[in-house]
Amino acid sequence: MPEIKLRKRIITVEEIFHEGGPVSPAPLRRAAVLAVIHNPFAGKYIAEIGGFMDDLKPLGMEMAKSLLHALGGDPKIIEGYGKGTIVGQNGELEHGALWHVPGGYAMREILGGAKAIVPSTKKVGGPGTRLDVPVTHINASYVRSHFDSMEVGLADAPRANEVVLALVMTTGPRIHARVGGLKASEIKGEDGLR
Amino acid sequence: MTSKIRKIVTFLEETHTEMGRSVNPPTRRAAAAAVIENPFAGKYVEDLTELAEIGQVLGSLLTERALATLGIPGPSVESYGKAAAVGENGELEHAAAILHPKLGAPVRKLLGKGAALIPSSKKRGGPGVSLDIPLGHKDAAFVRSHFDGMEIRVNDAPRANEILVAIALTDSGRPLPRVGGLTKDQIQGQDGLR
Repeated sequence: MPEIKLRKRIITVEEIFHEGGPVSPAPLRRAAVLAVIHNPFAGKYIAEIGGFMDDLKPLGMEMAKSLLHALGGDPKIIEGYGKGTIVGQNGELEHGALWHVPGGYAMREILGGAKAIVPSTKKVGGPGTRLDVPVTHINASYVRSHFDSMEVGLADAPRANEVVLALVMTTGPRIHARVGGLKASEIKGEDGLR
Repeated sequence: MTSKIRKIVTFLEETHTEMGRSVNPPTRRAAAAAVIENPFAGKYVEDLTELAEIGQVLGSLLTERALATLGIPGPSVESYGKAAAVGENGELEHAAAILHPKLGAPVRKLLGKGAALIPSSKKRGGPGVSLDIPLGHKDAAFVRSHFDGMEIRVNDAPRANEILVAIALTDSGRPLPRVGGLTKDQIQGQDGLR
């Protein structure tokens, strides 16, 4: 069981008041937490990597909690979420996939059993690579007003032997959402889709 | 003023290890950035007083946000810096008008002190342009362990008629300082230099 070697942690909070339209009384907030960790599998092909998902669980939980804290601490105000990874150049895309379970389940757990799949993206890249983390509604993936994304990244990571792990939460729809589709008020909340 | 702010973004960076060595306690930097409308975009205006007034408001607002992000009282701040990026329809002098005449006083008021010059940088650029905010010790500019910089960016700003304004604060210097020079325990704190 490789230990988690954390080099950096980043928390970014965006408050969006308007985007050229009416100023919202309650700004949309989006927040991201990033952890830069050593990639224990960098530089070689290792067949069995799945055990690292369990190793990542405490970090995932800690990141989800700090993200919620950055948004005020009340799970009831969180409406959207997403996750992603950037793998340094000595790693492979599959290493990024190790984040699906520990990252996703941590957020769903602290949000009280959110129903929708946590949308995700991943890539291999060098220091400064940016990642557009997709965001959808936490209980119904088809809620159109909550299709969103947040760009994340940092200047000095991932180095070749590192992985950047990302979680994102948001507090509402796009600031001037008006293209129809399923509304948050119409969620049935049974299948995580509608 | 507040209706002209489109977005506020905060950034927190913690460095836990550097070159495999533990950094304990982690070094921490925070930045707060506002995306505002540029009242003078697209034309030459001689008197830039309005931007200086905006700078005064932002000096207070962004310092408060950065302090809250670090979770420390003002006097515990060790280094600071400021920067602005002007959208393509503005001029560099607009950034200067925000940063230099009136922004510093409210920053220093909230920090309790701040004898040193607040180091700054400015540029013109498009959405997603990076800002390298220079950092220096707030009471003695020559403290070598605190010569540093923090990169931030906001992917959708500055738009052509906007200005991105940022203030960075830290509770520490570089992670593993070892290039000599004046140290923070040698600060006299009289002239802002040593």
